[in-house]
Amino acid sequence: MIEPSHQEVLDTEPTKHEVHIVSPKLYAIIFGTLLCFTALTVAASYLELGVFNAVVALAIACIKAVLVILFFMHVKYSSRLTKLTVAAGFFTFLVLITMSLTDYVSRAWGLW
Amino acid sequence: MDSQAIAIPATHSEHEHSPHLHHHFATEDQQREASNFGMWLFLLTEIMFFGGMFTAYLIYRNWYYPAFVAGSHWMIIWAGTLNTTVLICSSFTMAMGVHSAETRNRKALLRYLGATLFLGVVFLGIKAYEWHDEWEHHHVPGLNFSINEFTHVDPRYPQDKPLAVDMAEKTQSYFSLYFLLTGVHALHMLIGCSILIFIIFHASRGAYTTGHMNFVENFGLYWHFVDIVWIFLFPLLYLISRHQ
Repeated sequence: MIEPSHQEVLDTEPTKHEVHIVSPKLYAIIFGTLLCFTALTVAASYLELGVFNAVVALAIACIKAVLVILFFMHVKYSSRLTKLTVAAGFFTFLVLITMSLTDYVSRAWGLW
Repeated sequence: MDSQAIAIPATHSEHEHSPHLHHHFATEDQQREASNFGMWLFLLTEIMFFGGMFTAYLIYRNWYYPAFVAGSHWMIIWAGTLNTTVLICSSFTMAMGVHSAETRNRKALLRYLGATLFLGVVFLGIKAYEWHDEWEHHHVPGLNFSINEFTHVDPRYPQDKPLAVDMAEKTQSYFSLYFLLTGVHALHMLIGCSILIFIIFHASRGAYTTGHMNFVENFGLYWHFVDIVWIFLFPLLYLISRHQ
């Protein structure tokens, strides 16, 4: 039985990840996609879609945000620790918003 | 197996390591990971900070819906679209700046950071133009506000009925949240531009392109985060109430 080396011990940490340099080509593709979605969301706001104006605009904003987080902010290539941290943060944020809105919707339930 | 490339050599002794590696970290990889993790924790507090204001906007928009629709009809669409484009461009140049630091290209790093700073200042300039326009139209609650434009038919939206006086007063809620959200966002941009000047100064003296680039990388995360906030502000303030 050989003693694991210092480096091998570090390799088992959840922070372990391959250092990955994103290519400028991929950055350019993401950049172009973001610009297209911006044009799309402005164009969609000129259509009469009722409540779906807000749904479409926010859906496009979410897609853009995910692209920025995954590629520009390198989360796709980060360690599990970073991925878990980001996911936990957004999940907590959604829980907080949902709880607040639930309260506003239900506090005067049946009294209107 | 890039990470193996910086494995500690067998001859490693206590005081024989990269000048950038702090003593309490085993490897540069670990040091970089720790600083990234810390930056993300900071950004999560920022998500909560902006999230609270976004929630306030959602709730008030539901309460005073006609006032929020009338208020957002006064947003300048072309300016908002242009600013969104400017910020996305600056995020791209920032990402390319981090890439230049990774590939140790000092000239490219300076060029991309300079472009990012320029675009950040352009964003603030366009924002200032919009705020000036709102001041001219008496849309600044507390300082210079008049309900006049909301109690009369808006010539650009002739089919819209003018608001009753009490609902017209509530457009102040819309503009208060508008100035709060865009103001705090612009403050983040201002802080970002200041840090960028600091980074450009140090980069011009040779920093960040010798393999130690945690600071530029983490600043990039901050800059992209501020971009994401605007990606949500733009549809919420400018776009979703164009009709109705």
